[in-house]
Amino acid sequence: MDLSYSPDEQAFQTQVRQFLADDLPQDIAEKVRLDTDLTKDDMERWHAILNNRGWLAQNWPQEYGGAEWSAVQRHIYDTEAADANAPRIVPFGLSMLGPVLQKFGSKDQQDHWLPRILDGTDWWCQGYSEPGAGSDLASLKTKAVRDGDHYIVNGQKTWTTLGQFANMIFCLVRTDPDAKQQEGISFLLIDMETPGVEVRPIILLDGTHEVNEVWFTDVKVPVENLVGEENKGWTYAKYLLTHERTGLGGVGFSQAGLKAVKRIAKAANHNGKPLIQNPHFAARVAQVEIDLHAMATTNLRIISQAAAGEAPGLEASMLKVKGSIIRQEINDLARRAVGPYAMPFASEAVEGANDRIPDPLDAGPVAGQYFNNRKLSIFGGSNEIQRGIIAKVTMSGGA
Amino acid sequence: MDFNLTEERQMLQDTLRRYLREQYGTARRNDILASDTGFSADIWAELADLGVLGALFTEDMGGFGGAGFDIAVVFEELGRAGVVEPILDSALLGGRLLAAAGKTDFVEQVIGGALHLAVAHGEPDGRYDLDHVNTTATDGKLTGRKAVVMNAEAADHMIVSAKDGDTIALYLVDKGAQGLDIQGYPLLAGGRAAEVTLDNTPGDPLGLTLEDYEAANRLALIAQCAEALGAMETATALTKDYLMTRKQFGRPIGTFQALAHRMSDLLIELEQARSAVINAAGYIEDKHADMHLSASKNLIGRIGRLVAEEAIQMHGGIAMTQEYELAHIAKRIVMADHRFGDTDYHLERFIALSAA
Repeated sequence: MDLSYSPDEQAFQTQVRQFLADDLPQDIAEKVRLDTDLTKDDMERWHAILNNRGWLAQNWPQEYGGAEWSAVQRHIYDTEAADANAPRIVPFGLSMLGPVLQKFGSKDQQDHWLPRILDGTDWWCQGYSEPGAGSDLASLKTKAVRDGDHYIVNGQKTWTTLGQFANMIFCLVRTDPDAKQQEGISFLLIDMETPGVEVRPIILLDGTHEVNEVWFTDVKVPVENLVGEENKGWTYAKYLLTHERTGLGGVGFSQAGLKAVKRIAKAANHNGKPLIQNPHFAARVAQVEIDLHAMATTNLRIISQAAAGEAPGLEASMLKVKGSIIRQEINDLARRAVGPYAMPFASEAVEGANDRIPDPLDAGPVAGQYFNNRKLSIFGGSNEIQRGIIAKVTMSGGA
Repeated sequence: MDFNLTEERQMLQDTLRRYLREQYGTARRNDILASDTGFSADIWAELADLGVLGALFTEDMGGFGGAGFDIAVVFEELGRAGVVEPILDSALLGGRLLAAAGKTDFVEQVIGGALHLAVAHGEPDGRYDLDHVNTTATDGKLTGRKAVVMNAEAADHMIVSAKDGDTIALYLVDKGAQGLDIQGYPLLAGGRAAEVTLDNTPGDPLGLTLEDYEAANRLALIAQCAEALGAMETATALTKDYLMTRKQFGRPIGTFQALAHRMSDLLIELEQARSAVINAAGYIEDKHADMHLSASKNLIGRIGRLVAEEAIQMHGGIAMTQEYELAHIAKRIVMADHRFGDTDYHLERFIALSAA
């Protein structure tokens, strides 16, 4: 056992740190630190800077223009990026669709779409969830009917993250209504400019606009936008989900969040002393820090297994559950730390509320973040679903 | 022993519940939430007409209630409906302070719904400490900054605490007073508050001290606990309905044991919360009142967090949307912990008081 990074990994860490120090725009980092909504331009600017360095598509093979980083390198980047308040890379094109196209897409599809993901020509969003099909994804109803060289798509998707910025959406659609639930589903790429596509905002409980409903009414999609084979979409979706689940521990985010809690608690006054010196509060912070420390190592153990070629299965579910609990606990501590200043509504999405609240702790909308991050244990397969997976696999004797 | 409401309180509860069910639905509330004022003058007037404001005051003061249980009954119903009108701060806290100061004509106007108040006590680095006041009073002129003052913009008068020498005293400040600056903003759980600065602002001494503030604060604690309880009842009821109607994998999700047991836990904890509110209201005149109040506020804070988080989790994504009722209710529950001392504050106060 050796818990330290190798000399190569250390050198890589130094490189990443230097890059972030030199190239991460300070105005963007400040927005991330204060959890202010990033604009589309902010996100595209950061993607372009990363792409320029060759570090945008971190897990793609080099033949497609990727960095082909190891799991450990990706972990190092994630940790450093969170520490430097770099925005998270928008995952839809890069870590979701990209790998699916590389594995199942046609040569034409790869040649056309992959470079456009890298250079920012396309902004992708994900059309998976439906009002009746959240964690039970296979019960989706949006249908696509073949009509000559087109599919005609009708239905509704929901929870489409950042769909308001997207010009393309990859969707799961039902192409065979008579097949068993998980069969008869296809994976379709849809241009959102096509007539019949309508995006409606969903405002979340903290006032932010990050998700949408997407409605399809007789939308014509050319057959060349079908990925892989008709009715085999579930296979591709499952492949995509295993990609989505890596990094779900959110170690970097939790570390950055804990740092913020400590900063606020140092500045906050409690009976004439900094809150961080209050034994009760300090104990709460210490406990979550201890949990995080262990979880970071659990995460590294899984990464190390992945580096050795073992596909993460159960471990991804475990990380998702534990990681979301820890992040939510940190959000709760931040909310408590600001005391009465948790109450102001500081969402950028609300008209007239754009001015920062004159809050002496400079804490930003931490209570909004507490509410917003309730989603962590709901989306991407809820914690109940993850626990079900863990139970099913372990109780049936396999692992 | 009798845990039933008196006939009068039962009537008050029935009337208020019926009124709010008919007049304060999700759509109406969402309109109020989105409005610039953050509250509805119509609702306020109607609540005054129903006698809801009068129930917060004793007969001596011109009301017809005013005991702990009257306050608990009113605020439980307001909490159940997710009412955002600042009745706690304006009518109860402000009104009872003016009643204590013998301002009977003002109190009459409060009960009638015509007078709006704000109480500016907390300060930017004071957190929840009641004796942390740095605002100064010199020859009736106030200077300092007050934090997260509820209803400051709409208030006709503001009650401001300030230090005159070594004593903390309360002053009445007019809306248009010189050197008074009010920087307003909306609140996460609805309504509005403001940062208030006073610069040599004239204030009328009310003859009240920190002890009087603490007495009014006890009533506010009951009200806040009861309001959170009402909101928890709604969150629990919405979740129960959802578990029975929402289907996944071909059956209602409430039939999955993993969720059914958690729902049972919520119902158990809800009864604990109800008992905590009864304790808060029942021990208000007791010599150990503060200990009971801290116990109640701590427990309500802990159970509130559990109920809000579990209700959201068991609903899934829909609970995360602003327009769905639970989102608002969950925010009311959690934000109640940030008023009049949070879970940790009252745990420490309980430890100190019970050791004494």
